[in-house]
Amino acid sequence: MARVQVIAAYPVTPQSPIVEKLARHVAEGSLPAKYMRVESEHSALSCVIGAQLTGVRTGTATSSVGLALMHEVLGVASGCRVPIVMAVVNRALVSPWSLWCDHQDTMAERDSGWLQFYAENAQEVLDLLLMAYRIAEHERVLTPAMVCLDGFFVSHSLQSVTMPDQETVDGFLPAYRAANLYLDPDDPMFINGLVPPEDFTEMRYQQLVGFESALRVIPQVQEEFFSKFGRRYEMVEAYRCEDADVVLVTIGSMSGTAKHVVNKQRDQGIPVGVVKLTTFRPFPVEALRKALGGARVVGVLDRSAGLGAPSAPVCLEVVAAVRDEGVRVIGYVGGLGGRDITETTVESIFRELLEIKDGRRSKPVKPWIDVRADAMTIRPWGGKAS
Amino acid sequence: MSEPPERHTAKLGQTRALLGPVATTFATVHTGNWRTERPEVDYGNCAECGVCSEYCPAGVVEMRKELEECVSIDWYCCKGCGICAEVCPRRCITMISETGYDAE
Amino acid sequence: MREVEAVLISHGISTCAGCALELAARHVMDVLGPNTVIVIPPGCAALLSGFGSETALRIPGIQGNLENSAAYAAGIRAGFEMQNRESVTVLALAGDGGTVDIGLQALSGVFERGDRILYVCYDNEAYMNTGIQGSGSTPVGATTTTTPGGKDRPRKDMLAIAAAHKIPYLASASVGYVRDLRKKIEKAEATSGPSYIHIHAPCPTGWGYESAKTIEVAKAAVQTGAWPLYEVEKGRTRITVKVGELRPVAEYLRLQGRFSGLGDADIEAIQAQVTEDLESLLEKCQEEECETRSVRAATTGDRDIGELP
Repeated sequence: MARVQVIAAYPVTPQSPIVEKLARHVAEGSLPAKYMRVESEHSALSCVIGAQLTGVRTGTATSSVGLALMHEVLGVASGCRVPIVMAVVNRALVSPWSLWCDHQDTMAERDSGWLQFYAENAQEVLDLLLMAYRIAEHERVLTPAMVCLDGFFVSHSLQSVTMPDQETVDGFLPAYRAANLYLDPDDPMFINGLVPPEDFTEMRYQQLVGFESALRVIPQVQEEFFSKFGRRYEMVEAYRCEDADVVLVTIGSMSGTAKHVVNKQRDQGIPVGVVKLTTFRPFPVEALRKALGGARVVGVLDRSAGLGAPSAPVCLEVVAAVRDEGVRVIGYVGGLGGRDITETTVESIFRELLEIKDGRRSKPVKPWIDVRADAMTIRPWGGKAS
Repeated sequence: MSEPPERHTAKLGQTRALLGPVATTFATVHTGNWRTERPEVDYGNCAECGVCSEYCPAGVVEMRKELEECVSIDWYCCKGCGICAEVCPRRCITMISETGYDAE
Repeated sequence: MREVEAVLISHGISTCAGCALELAARHVMDVLGPNTVIVIPPGCAALLSGFGSETALRIPGIQGNLENSAAYAAGIRAGFEMQNRESVTVLALAGDGGTVDIGLQALSGVFERGDRILYVCYDNEAYMNTGIQGSGSTPVGATTTTTPGGKDRPRKDMLAIAAAHKIPYLASASVGYVRDLRKKIEKAEATSGPSYIHIHAPCPTGWGYESAKTIEVAKAAVQTGAWPLYEVEKGRTRITVKVGELRPVAEYLRLQGRFSGLGDADIEAIQAQVTEDLESLLEKCQEEECETRSVRAATTGDRDIGELP
């Protein structure tokens, strides 16, 4: 749909069906692109950067350890302002080895200089990808973008999706043209050479300006998307927060579960709400503050561990965003390594948040909301046979 | 499908600022400053074979056969490495020591 | 401000006096011409890339990372292919470290996929730009900062690795034989598929000899059999510069400070290995020559048998 012309991707669970389908489309001729069967993710990103610099839109996707392997090259895309768009299927980083959903992979890249969007469901994946190309390629942004989708929960569930028609997409997403830096023998320049201390800060600052511009460009693109395709997106979605006593900040597919719990609680007269972060980079401080409304106790459910930090990543950023607003932020970690975030999990979080709000509790029973009681003894070994 | 890139220098000669690490200025380092000796050709023996030019790493030796002194050296960039003297089949290039030599 | 003529590589670059890489790069670019895009990893060749807003190149290029020059080049090729700009030459110019060590995976991927790039490895037999550390291309016996007692293992045979991928054209080359090098670059450029040129690039700073002797050292490597000049074209091996009477390899080793720690026994061992390797190479050439002849003989009447795949 986005008319990519070069695709380079390496298979990794749970992204593999993406590359297989793309390869098939190319082989069948329904996607007029060159499919490069690269030998690693590090090369996948290198190939698409090379191709994009010659003036074609590219496509790639990865997950977990594949993203980790790309880490070095992520900085080249962002530092050289190459507007690559990449789908990342969220999966735990090793070790322990896991095939399943966890946000550590993309959270580990929150300082990579890439935009980050998180999808709640399959429709959002499609829509966010189309918008991501527009946003990334915008002349005041020129920053690569990751569109993140939960492994298995989104990547491997069957959902019906409204497909836009190609003509409307073409009207929304014009043909790619290389701006800024490019490789063309008719107009030579040397890209990514060594930069002295006199200029390095300024180039990082240019990227900062790109991120600040993104905060303005993203809502504009979302507005245009709504007018063309009829589906509304916001950087931060406030779900039934207007009169909420407490609010839970969510990211990714857990948002769907959380909204469902909100509906059930509201049916019982309990005023709770969910704030879903669709845009994580740039972190939408103003939009978040607005979405939280008057709630004074805010929970954040992180799907990555954030080891060693005062809180897990999303929670830390929410704390920073609401710092002087008199809001109490309670961080939770759950759903790691493919553990389902169930209605029960969300209900217990809301229950605790309400207790904290009412002064009946000062802090969570356990911030790692779904950790088992026998955590330290799950691998017994040795001793006498009984 | 793809359109040609916008030129960073528009037809009217205006430039716009490129973002990110890029070099567009073709530069020549004054490597001639490095040398402590320079090649001198004995034209009595020179066969105009051009081997000195072929093997100069800096590419500063040019054969100008229309000139009597056919070996033309770009003194701004000659590092005085001595390869031309070594490879000359007639051994007609000698490395002469120089002190305080300024490029023209 | 000096006037510069329209050469593709500036004459004033901060490579060492007597640098073989610089010589090689000039000849490569002279053959390829301006319709070229270059990928250069960090290393000595990055001196062509430049510093800050300045570059020594008049062709477009990108400095990638150390290990993925081949991948960037392949992507650039794909981008031009999709825009019907097939005539652009895509060149990667990487050192031995960025090729045989950390760069091997990406290069192997290019070879296996058949991406049409021209990959030139300039081999100064160590990580020179970072201070003369040993690489997978450092020959046995050579002193580097990480093999201070002399390297105790032979180098990787990158040309054999390339040949194992069955790419259409690969060749060894030397700055001591620039006409041979230029012919090979021409052939590589005309190849439809990946091509690989491995250039022996003696380094005065790292090998321990005075700058004026670079060509002498390079020639000695070829004339002693330590660096045979050959090409493999569609699987057929051919020596391109025949050496009449091989000189003893000691004559090559003794020119360089990095081998000064070698004793007679070490040199004999190296000589034995050089002789053995050269004999294998010659046998290979003869075998393939014989195969071609026997295929020709077996076919009656048809003279256009062509070359073996």
